[in-house]
Amino acid sequence: MTAVQSRVSPDVLVKIFTTAAKIKMYDETYRATMRAGKIGGMYYSARGQEIIPSSFSAVLEPSDYVLTIYRGIHDQIAKGVPLNTLTAEFFGRATGSCKGKGGPMHVTDVASGLILTTGVVGSGLPIGVGVALSAKMRKSGQVAIVNFGDGASNIGAFHEALNMAALWELPVVFVCQNNQYAEYTKYSLGMSVDQISKRGAAYTMRSIHVDGNDPEAMYEAAKTAVDAARAGEGPTLIEAMTYRFYGHVMGDMMKYMPDDELEAARAADPVLKLRADLIAAGTLTDEQVTQIEAGLRTEIDEAFEYAMSSPLPDASDATTDVYAEGIAL
Amino acid sequence: MTAQSEVIDPEVKSERILTQIQAINEALDIALGLDETVFELGEDIQDPGGGGFGVHKGLSTKYGLDRVRPTPITEQAIMGAAIGAAITGMRPIPEIMLMNFMAVCQDQLINHAAKLRYMSGGQTHVPVTVRTTTGAGGGFGAQHSDMLEGPLVHTPGLKVVIPSTPADAKGLLLTSIFDDDPVVFIEMHHLYFSISGHVPEGDYRIPLGKARLAREGSDVTLISWGRQVHDCMAVADTLAADGINAEVLDLRSLVPLDTEAMLASVAKTRRVVIVHEAVRRNGFGAELAATINEELFGQLAAPVRRVAAANTPVPYSAPLEAAYMPSKADIEATVRGLF
Repeated sequence: MTAVQSRVSPDVLVKIFTTAAKIKMYDETYRATMRAGKIGGMYYSARGQEIIPSSFSAVLEPSDYVLTIYRGIHDQIAKGVPLNTLTAEFFGRATGSCKGKGGPMHVTDVASGLILTTGVVGSGLPIGVGVALSAKMRKSGQVAIVNFGDGASNIGAFHEALNMAALWELPVVFVCQNNQYAEYTKYSLGMSVDQISKRGAAYTMRSIHVDGNDPEAMYEAAKTAVDAARAGEGPTLIEAMTYRFYGHVMGDMMKYMPDDELEAARAADPVLKLRADLIAAGTLTDEQVTQIEAGLRTEIDEAFEYAMSSPLPDASDATTDVYAEGIAL
Repeated sequence: MTAQSEVIDPEVKSERILTQIQAINEALDIALGLDETVFELGEDIQDPGGGGFGVHKGLSTKYGLDRVRPTPITEQAIMGAAIGAAITGMRPIPEIMLMNFMAVCQDQLINHAAKLRYMSGGQTHVPVTVRTTTGAGGGFGAQHSDMLEGPLVHTPGLKVVIPSTPADAKGLLLTSIFDDDPVVFIEMHHLYFSISGHVPEGDYRIPLGKARLAREGSDVTLISWGRQVHDCMAVADTLAADGINAEVLDLRSLVPLDTEAMLASVAKTRRVVIVHEAVRRNGFGAELAATINEELFGQLAAPVRRVAAANTPVPYSAPLEAAYMPSKADIEATVRGLF
């Protein structure tokens, strides 16, 4: 067996790189904007985890569903939530995806299939089961991707959801983005198994343990799971190993994360590695990469400009969208 | 069962007499027949049993196990699956076997079902009707008997319905199922077989937020919902013998609330007793009392009174449980105390 040839087509790798670079640059811009004092609130950086949703985005159809969590900016961008309205939502503007009522932890964008962002650990899994059940009952061929972290795999909802999805053979992929920390605690301190993917065996579920920072392996895992779901072969649990570069939430001093571990992870930045690999393999020239990044720069700057210049919601809108019709509150 | 049942007349004339459980079964049957996106999911709901009380009898046989879908004992997944299906085009009817078990899935209900329309800026909505049953008086003890409507009405985004008669159970359930918001539909199992009534045929619907004037009176208003409406009616009969004409208002839905009907009745009678089976402290009666005081303070002839359960868990042994429950004697004594 020789390993000279890439297992994934160059076109796919370029797609993955373009999405990952977009997430990376967006994240850097967001943090810089916060540091400059132009925007407050909470921000859960997903730097370091870009390859996972970028690989999925090379597999999914626009009509497929993605569910994510409070650390969801990478999943939202990868599913194609328009940057203008996404950024406006983060900024609490009337033009935001959710009119400024949801915020970063509660982004929904139905048009792009980003159907749910939850701020409660583990809660998305049962809802993802329902999304997949709906797709199956409507015979729509859609697949549901449920993203969550390593910490979520200890909560009861995870187990109830896996059991039900396996029992009903639903078109759902459970994607555990194992960034190695459940809030401020190393994941291994909170579980009796060494790999979360092993928990799939309890539900006789197809389970994959993969390096989530390796685009080829990650793409193959995503494709295997999504193809199986679409073919009616039921759910998959993927544990994608990764690392978060900036702790739990913006402002986290990360004292609980060993310096050498953090430095090693940042030195192996998966987006920069893919960029270098594509150039080294001759898939893209330096000039082409620069061109891609310039295009992304323009798109991101426009989004921040759009959000910043958008109006804040009118106070009268605080009482709408509670119920279908205007019943007395 | 119908032999010992009390027969209640609805506003709509019909010759058929059904128990409440038959009326609910009929509403589910009609909804499943009307709309392909309607489906049920819950524990033990399949035939031959058709649920712990037989509410679903015949439905899985008629519509199949896809649409009358039995689940494991897994409340978070039941509620979550219903929500996920609802935000993507379905109209699920999850059953939480007993109301106390809703505590197991409050995250799904309160953090998600109630809030998704709002948090998404109206992009998604959650047309689920969560059916559940409960009620004290049956010797089921503290974890199978609670009336927990209080925390639900305290959660913006949810609608809360509690029927008292078979006709209302059918008409309100059909409306709830085709409502575009999450509705918690609370059935009191004491009423499943003890109460019968005329029930209109076909797709019969009663709007939410419209109270039922169960009895007209001039001297005092008894406001209640669910089982205690019947207690209020019995007490009203007793009081009438002494010349006290009590009006009985059945709220039917707590959210939306028919504030107008409530205030109109109390403005007329100038005396009010609110009766509910949930524990007294912070029960929905407190909210109603506050509203009445805010709106009608100067017009009242007596303070607003509440009759409710004791502030304890539901006891098991019969004399303890009886002491816990709001009784007809409590209602009667409270009303007489206003004059």
